[in-house]
Amino acid sequence: MTTMIGTSVPRREDERLLTGRGRYLDDLDLPDALAAAFLRSSNAHARILQIDLSAARELPGVIAVFSGADLAEIQKPLAPKVLHPQLKDFPRLPMPPGELHYVGEPVAVVIAETRYIAEDALELIDVDYEVLPAVASTAAALEPGGPLAHSDAESNVAVLLTQSAGNTAEALRTAPNRLSEEFFVMRGGGHSMEPRAVAARYEPATGQLTIWDTTQSPHYARQQLSVIYEMAEDDIRVIAPPDVGGGFGPKAQFYGEEVVIPWVAKKLRRPVKWVEDRQENFVSAMMERSQTHRIEVGFDDDGMLLAVKDVIEHDQGAYCAGLQVPSITTATVPGPYRIPNIEIELRACYTNMVPTSSVRGAGRPQAVFAMERMMDRVAEHLGLDPAEVRFRNLIQADEFPYKVGITFRDGSPLTYDSGDFPRLLEGTLDRLGYAEARAEQAKLRAEGRYIGIGIAAYVEGCGLGPYEGAKVRLTNTGRVLVTLAAAGQGQGYETVYAQIASDGLGIDMDHIDVLTGDTSRIPFGQGTFASRITATAGPAVLDAAQQMRVRLVDTAANLLGCDPAEITFTGDRASLNGDLEKSLSLLEIARVANIGKHGITLPVGISAGLETSSYFAPERAAYASGAHAAMVEVDPETGGIEILKYVIGHDCGNVINPKLVDGQVLGGFAHGLGNAMYEEAAYDAEGQPQATSYLDYSLVSAAEVPTVELFHIHSPSPLNPLGVKGAGEGGTIPAPATIANAVEDALRPLGARVNRAPVTPARIVEAIHGDEQALAEVRGS
Amino acid sequence: MPDVDTGHRITGTVNGAAYDEVVDDRMTLADFLREKLRLTGTHLGCEHGVCGACTVIVDGAASRSCLMLAVQADGTEIETVEVLAEDGELNRLQAAFKKNHALQCGFCTSGFLMSVTAAMREGAIRDEGHAREVLSGNICRCTGYTGLVKAVLEAGE
Repeated sequence: MTTMIGTSVPRREDERLLTGRGRYLDDLDLPDALAAAFLRSSNAHARILQIDLSAARELPGVIAVFSGADLAEIQKPLAPKVLHPQLKDFPRLPMPPGELHYVGEPVAVVIAETRYIAEDALELIDVDYEVLPAVASTAAALEPGGPLAHSDAESNVAVLLTQSAGNTAEALRTAPNRLSEEFFVMRGGGHSMEPRAVAARYEPATGQLTIWDTTQSPHYARQQLSVIYEMAEDDIRVIAPPDVGGGFGPKAQFYGEEVVIPWVAKKLRRPVKWVEDRQENFVSAMMERSQTHRIEVGFDDDGMLLAVKDVIEHDQGAYCAGLQVPSITTATVPGPYRIPNIEIELRACYTNMVPTSSVRGAGRPQAVFAMERMMDRVAEHLGLDPAEVRFRNLIQADEFPYKVGITFRDGSPLTYDSGDFPRLLEGTLDRLGYAEARAEQAKLRAEGRYIGIGIAAYVEGCGLGPYEGAKVRLTNTGRVLVTLAAAGQGQGYETVYAQIASDGLGIDMDHIDVLTGDTSRIPFGQGTFASRITATAGPAVLDAAQQMRVRLVDTAANLLGCDPAEITFTGDRASLNGDLEKSLSLLEIARVANIGKHGITLPVGISAGLETSSYFAPERAAYASGAHAAMVEVDPETGGIEILKYVIGHDCGNVINPKLVDGQVLGGFAHGLGNAMYEEAAYDAEGQPQATSYLDYSLVSAAEVPTVELFHIHSPSPLNPLGVKGAGEGGTIPAPATIANAVEDALRPLGARVNRAPVTPARIVEAIHGDEQALAEVRGS
Repeated sequence: MPDVDTGHRITGTVNGAAYDEVVDDRMTLADFLREKLRLTGTHLGCEHGVCGACTVIVDGAASRSCLMLAVQADGTEIETVEVLAEDGELNRLQAAFKKNHALQCGFCTSGFLMSVTAAMREGAIRDEGHAREVLSGNICRCTGYTGLVKAVLEAGE
């Protein structure tokens, strides 16, 4: 049998998805299910003075209407994921009865025969608000004496943290060269094509709640619900449906709607389903990205970095869903470079906007934007080639494990496990044709055209703990069933984990099935986020499969009366050295060891119950890495950017299914391009969202995404037996930095500065027009 | 729940099968297909006509079923993703999607398939630029479009 790991096996999921037979949450048959719709706050900051639900309740077809106060028993805080002792936390209640903190926060829920009627009833709810002053930027949040996002707060600060290595103040003071700049990265969303959804059914006979949830983390949802409902975990079954239409981070979080819907289903003793519409998604699904970086670098005359100081303002939104994103940012700033002195200060603060948490990239694009923009500025300052400045500072391939000097979010020393950053950058530049591109740039620049080349390198901590697990069982139909706690959203888990199990078992994957995302099928799990599943569930599946192989071989050898070493598998048959005359099918093995005969003693030497399980807990994060390079042309009149060439170099260690890894990287890139050039979740100064449809918020289409040349190198991770790292976010992370670097490079003759992402035509024109002389040069010549 | 007073009787065909149903005035074609006929392969991604996940073919034209009322479809011939497979096998376009990894989560896939199917009936897909133009009316958040472009070029030549 050939090795499955490393093979581009076609996906098992595709047939059903291509023929309209996928089973997404809204497709599931739930007889007699009622529809839910939420009334959401229309104010960024307000207090509910009075709420009148009577007219809504009287509408024919409405079954029930609840305000937050009507469901007082579940108004308990939704806990932040990553905490810090100094975090000033404000309780995020499922549906707050009092003060509201962002436009879109749930205020009341209508349960009706149809969603149409439920939405009609929303119009009949009368809420009397006391509107309070709102905070709509980190700058406003940190302004002394400004409005407070939470009325009972002393300030809008969530946490102030500093991480340092060496003596940055002294190193900056004595550095031969110093540059500083302020960069801003805009808010953006996950925008999975399927929005969030929850459905629930209560079984009075057993007291059990079954919940279908588009979550990336069913076990996390169950844990939260168990605490809030004060129910045993075994009485709550959370199922992420077999098909979930994208995740990208926001679905890894836990929301008020996930608490309200099952509880209402239990109260009403009727199934209830809520499917978020896109308008709701814009104002209630968590977002990310908005950060301001004030970064200062000290360097010598050769461009060697001596010190980096970065002060980061992070927009936590209305509540703290956890400090995971800013913690990742602070750990990502140093990137692939040797930096002897580092000081990173985080100022996370509350605003009256949708709470933030991870969106594909998760805090890394912002760090890379700040650092990589500064690498270009260093080169510009010294008159050096930006690629050369990077090469001089890169950590070398023989320096792993490399300790950065600061700490990771779990408090352990931030350590890169493996990689070859110089080879990645070199490969990327070779494929771009870097030297030729520079020559071309010079030639075209002389003709008055604005050509730019942008480079960005990054590292990505992935495969995070605490653990992920798998069970492998021989079923009563003679098939091997692999059960993962992790839930997929399009990554191809049914294929990838069958590949790994196939290698672990030495059995063809045709005899292996994979099930995911159901808390009733496997007791413990964490969830799909942070590019972690391949590096955590992967080793767990391999180990459980290898254990199962031993069990199957032992059982077969016992029944065939031979030595275990003589057993081989052909198809679904275990045989004595391939002799099918002396063989047993998996079904026959299951009949003996699992199904058994009531009251009859097992054959001597057979151990009952062919099931294995394994939980893999990585020692620390594995570090993927990459480099992007782009050549662009900018039209200084319109601010239009044309991407002439784009190259991605990617290293996520060993890969299980190369085609699916390419898909992850290229899809991530398109998301990153959106952050680089298009996506802006804008709010006005009163905290009113200004982009709540795809007419105002642009997602890239096939017309915007250029053809990309993608290549991989493979630096296996020593931290897990598969040598794998994560691939889900690498494509996204450096794209804004790469495009911004390329655009500023193109506009260098005009001296225009690109200090924020996305880089839009309007901002390019503004950057150019900021300098009247440059404007005259463009127009006049 | 159709209101009898305001309900309309509509007839037509979906994927060649005749239907005869009473629908509320305001029921969208997408909800009619999904909820009344239980053809859940048509998905709703934005409900304001941009993402294209709900694209179906109405009398030969690719149409956003979220922007069309069921009553507007009265008397038409509708095709949805469920009709594409031939004798239980993926058709040429579907097979090209699979071969080129043109789908991940699959939620947008039906809309892409129907948009491209309608475009291919108008003539061959000439080149990459043409393929991208055909695809540009639909949004995919997973794939970055690389596989989609390849699939359309392969199936549409």
